Formats: sequence, structure tokens, C-alpha cells
Amino acid sequence: MSELLKIKNLNVDFALRERTLRAINDVSISIDKGERLGVVGESGAGKSVLGFSIINLISKPGYIDSGQIVFKGEDISKYSYDRMRTIRGNQISMIFQDPMMTLNPVLSIGEQMRETVFAHMNVSKAKANEICVEKLKKVYIPSPEKRLNQYPHEFSGGMRQRIVIAISLLTNPDLIIADEPTTALDVTIQAEIMDLLLELCKTDNMGLMLITHDLSVVSQVTQRIAVMYAGTIVELGDTATVAHKPQHPYTVGLLGALPQRAGSEKRLNQIPGVMPGLAKIPAGCPFSDRCSLVGDICREKRPQLLEKTNGIRVACHFVE
Amino acid sequence: MFAFTVKRIAQGILVMLIISFIGFGIKHNFGDPVRELVGERVTPEERAQIREKLGLNDPFMVQYVRFLKNAVQGDLGRSFFFKKPVTEVIAAKAPATLELVFCASLIVVGLSIPLGIYAAIHPKKLFSRLIMGGSIIGVSMPVFLTAILLIYIFSVELGWLPSFGRGETVTVFGFWDSGLLTKEGLRHLIMPSIALSSIMLPLFIRLIRSEMMEVLESEYVKYAWAKGIKPRRVWYVHAFKNTLLPVITVGGVQLGIMVAFTILTETVFQWQGMGSMFIESVTRADTALMVSYIVVVGAIFVVVNTIVDIIYGLVNPVVRVTGRK
Ligand SMILES: Nc1ncnc2c1ncn2[C@@H]1O[C@H](COP(=O)(O)OP(=O)(O)O)[C@@H](O)[C@H]1O
Ligand SMILES: [Mg+2]
Repeated sequence: MSELLKIKNLNVDFALRERTLRAINDVSISIDKGERLGVVGESGAGKSVLGFSIINLISKPGYIDSGQIVFKGEDISKYSYDRMRTIRGNQISMIFQDPMMTLNPVLSIGEQMRETVFAHMNVSKAKANEICVEKLKKVYIPSPEKRLNQYPHEFSGGMRQRIVIAISLLTNPDLIIADEPTTALDVTIQAEIMDLLLELCKTDNMGLMLITHDLSVVSQVTQRIAVMYAGTIVELGDTATVAHKPQHPYTVGLLGALPQRAGSEKRLNQIPGVMPGLAKIPAGCPFSDRCSLVGDICREKRPQLLEKTNGIRVACHFVE
Repeated sequence: MFAFTVKRIAQGILVMLIISFIGFGIKHNFGDPVRELVGERVTPEERAQIREKLGLNDPFMVQYVRFLKNAVQGDLGRSFFFKKPVTEVIAAKAPATLELVFCASLIVVGLSIPLGIYAAIHPKKLFSRLIMGGSIIGVSMPVFLTAILLIYIFSVELGWLPSFGRGETVTVFGFWDSGLLTKEGLRHLIMPSIALSSIMLPLFIRLIRSEMMEVLESEYVKYAWAKGIKPRRVWYVHAFKNTLLPVITVGGVQLGIMVAFTILTETVFQWQGMGSMFIESVTRADTALMVSYIVVVGAIFVVVNTIVDIIYGLVNPVVRVTGRK
């Protein structure tokens, strides 16, 4: 399969008043055409920053310090603003976490959909409306023609996220970056939205980067998983292996932290401590101060993300 | 939206009732309608007769209801000094004040929106820093000082602009003395309008800037960027439309307050409007005129706010579509 996106040695920094902090540290990762990749990790791991850096929309004072973001063979990280705009929302769409916040409350759904069409295609208003209706149908919004004139507050949370998904489909993108698309929704609706996303990616052969802190969500949707911790990728491999035979102590802990099947009384959080803030990431292995296997080498040397015996790439000194 | 409008208007009427009650209370306690009617050279016996005849010995509430009835029919009493119904006096002075407030509002709205937006979009640029610095000076400088400085520079030193009065006015619709239609009238309006707007303009700029900066940080603006739409559309449609909502609410009140600020401006520029009339009525103890001024300014304030609220409803789909707020 051909490569759609390749991130090479990406470093993202936040230039704060006192010092510059590194939020993404030497991350390399790729997504093939039509492939679905999950990015998992606790809150603050740098998942959102990674997602936004792909379309060069990191919130201030963040910036890409070094590295490459190769999309369809071109390094888009150095694109000019106007050139980048032809990628954003066109070839790469984003879905945000909270559909209550992502849609503009004072603009109708139609306006918010059509503007995306007009930004990337030279079509008439009638044609734009036709495209909007077609995509709303795809996400199973009933009577879409009428819905175009309505405002966000007239929809439920689940419906709004469907609309956001429909917006992301308007330009038939090659890649969708979904940043915690179900986290803000009712538990009952989460699975529905996830299934919809999976179905759409499969039928249109779209690439998906699914960002979530919930390992159980990615394991049902994606083909590969990248586990992030404190701005680095600590484990990367096919979903089945990573989800069932995790190698990195952090992934093991994350899996243990998953709610078990109904009835079992296991504690939710099995990893002691919390993820350090950007200013307090230990030298050596970033996970060393929470790791049960920690040895002297972990405090001195940062482990490389290397392929291990079962074909999974793991950044740990103690995994063979 | 209809229910919303009706509710706003009902609220406006309620506020007017309260203002009229306070106004009547002042008049009842301090005013002397007999003097307003016949002057001071009347014997105490005749006075008592007139009091009885006018119903001034009736209970307070009875008199208040009578006052309201008359007020609704446009009768607010007689001015002791002008020997005329106060409504006539006020009607003659109102155009001067309203035109002044109108021009000042134009300046405020016309400048604060572009300057506020610019300062929000480019907070680091030199021009934005100049705007913000200038607005601090503007807020902290008292109106009369601004007025005197303007007069000193443009009238005394440069001799460009007239420093007092309304200049040449034209009567339109048979009752409205307008200074907007002659060159001299407009020239006379320039400095008083600037002086009157000098407090509100910086306040509006700062309000629009801070609201807009907050909106620019919102998720839906970030999402708009992620959709790849043009910056102009993100700023002026996505961000500014949302900035407008809080600005309308606060701004409406401020524009209403400007009517009260005219007292100072009119005094400095000897502007023959309601504001200077009010000061004169206070020094002459012309109670009926004083109270009427308060009631009329209150009414203007209420009308402006009701209109502003209705505009708010029109901009905000949550109100427009469902009537909720
Ligand atoms: N605008 C910002 N300014 C400073 N630090 C930021 C900013 N945005 C994110 N960070 C930091 O970058 C790190 C990664 O954040 P994020 O990518 O949002 O985590 P998550 O994995 O939960 O999505 C966090 O430590 C956060 O504090
Ligand atoms: Mg996040």
C-alpha cells in the first residue's frame, strides 16, 4: 500500500516566557492510504498537539521546531499559509472533541457546510447545497434539506457530531484526524459515532488518525496503534498485538487500567503516579519515574523506538 | 421572537413606571405647582383655594395616577421659568441634544468596530499598541478637559472650528431644528460630538477587542481555521458575529448613558439642548422642568435599551428561533 502521510523526527516546542518546552519529541510515524491509525495515551501526552501539527495549526506559542511532515510525497510542514489552506479541510479534515463547541452558534448548519465547500471548490450555491445534503445523508441525518437552515442549538450532541463528520467529508479528504471524537458524548452514542466513522472510512478508503485516551475504542476501529507518553511514542504496532500482548510497561499499565468486563472489581488506574508536565519529564526514559521495571540505564539513556522480536516497535531498554 | 419582543417591551414599560414614580415623588415633595401656575405674589388664602382646586390635597397615590394619566397624554406640567408647558420647552431643546448624541454615537460605532477588531486580530502590531495606549488616555481624561483642549487647539490657536452654539439650523418637519443640514451647523457639531464620544469610544474599543480576542480563542474559531476557509471569513463572520452579542448588550447601555453625559458637554460648548436646560432648571428651582427632564431621559434610555435587546434577539439564533435567552 502506498504511503499517505509520513511524519519524520518531528519536534514541537512551546515557547513559554521562562523557557521553551518540548511537547512532541522526535516522533516518527506513518499512515498508508486508507489506513486507520490509533494514537493513544493519557491526557497531556501530546496527542492533540501531534494532530494539529500535521495541518500546522498548533495553538500559540507552539511551533514545529524541526522534522518533516510528508503528505502525498511533499513536505507540507514548510508550506506557505495560503498553500497550507488548500490542504486544511480539503485533503486533511479534522474532527474535534466537543461538538457543542466546534460548531459556531450563530451560523446555520448550511452556512458552516457551504463555506467549506466554497473554500476548496469552485461551485455554485445550488451545487454546494447538493453536496452538503449528500454528505448529511451519508451520516444518516434525517431530512437533510430542512436541517441546513437550522442552527447548532437545535441539534443533540450526537447529531452535532454527525454534522461535524459530514463537514469533514465534504471535500472527500484523504485523511481524517479525529481528536477524541466521542469523549464528550453520551456513552450510549459513542459506539454509534465510532461505527459510523469506521463505516465511512472503509467505504471511501479514507485514512484515519484516531486520537483517544481510550484503548478499547481504538482496538475496535484501527489497524495500528501508536501509544504516546510525554510527547514520545513508546509503542507502535498492529492493533491486535499491541492491544493483547503489550510490551511497554506503560501500555501494559494502560490496558490494566481499562474497565474490565462487568462484575469485576479491578481498580481503574493501575499505573502509580501521574504523567509529568512538560517541564518535569525525567532525563533518560520519560516513563522511568513511574515504571516498575526501572533500572539504572533508564535514568541515563532515552530508549529508542526499536522493532522487537514480535514485530512491534517499543521504546524500552528491557523489552527484547 | 414575537414573545421575546413583547416581553422586552413590557419590561420597558415597567421601568418607565418606576422612573415616573421617582420623578413624581421628587415633584410632590419639592415642587410647588401653585407657584408654577400663578407666581409668588398671591395671598396664602388664594393659594389654599388653588391647592384644593388642583387636587393637591388628595392622597399621594391619587395624585400619582393623575400625573401618569396626564403624562401619557403628553402633559408633564408647566415650567415656572418659561411660563409654558414643559413638553413644549423640552421639544424645543431635544433636537439639539439628540443630534449631538447621534453624531457622537456614529463616531463611537464607526471607529470602535474597525479599531477594536484590528487590535484583536493583530495584538502585537505597533498600530494596535497605539490604539490601546490612546484608549487608556481617552478613558482617563475627563470630558470637560477634552472639551477645553479641543476648544483651545481648534478654536483659539488654529481658529478652524467654532467653540460654542449650534450655528445655523434649519427647521424640518415643522418642529425639528436641525444642525445637520447646513455647513455651519455641521462645523459646530464636530467638537461637541468628539468631546461627547471621548469616553465611550475608548471603552467600546477595549470592549470589542477583549470580547473578540476571547472569541478568537474559542473551539469553533479553531475549527473554522481547520476547515481551511479564508482568514477574512474567520474574523469577520465567525468571530465578529459572536463578538457582537456581548458588545450589543453592554454597548446599548453605554450609548444610553451618553444622553446623561450631554449635560457636561452642552455646558462647556453652550449647546442649547436638554442638558444645559436641565442645569438651568436646577439653578432656577424649576421643579416641573427638572422632573420632566429625568422622565424624558429615562424614556430615551428605556427605548434605546429595548431596541438594543430586540436587535440582540435578531442576531442571536437561540433567541430568534426558540425565543429563549
Ligand atoms: N497552548 C499551549 N501552551 C502551552 N502548552 C501547551 C499548549 N497546548 C498544549 N500544551 C502542552 O502540551 C502537552 C500536550 O498537550 P495535548 O496535546 O493537548 O495533550 P493530549 O494528549 O491530552 O491531547 C501538555 O503538557 C500541554 O500542557
Ligand atoms: Mg487532547
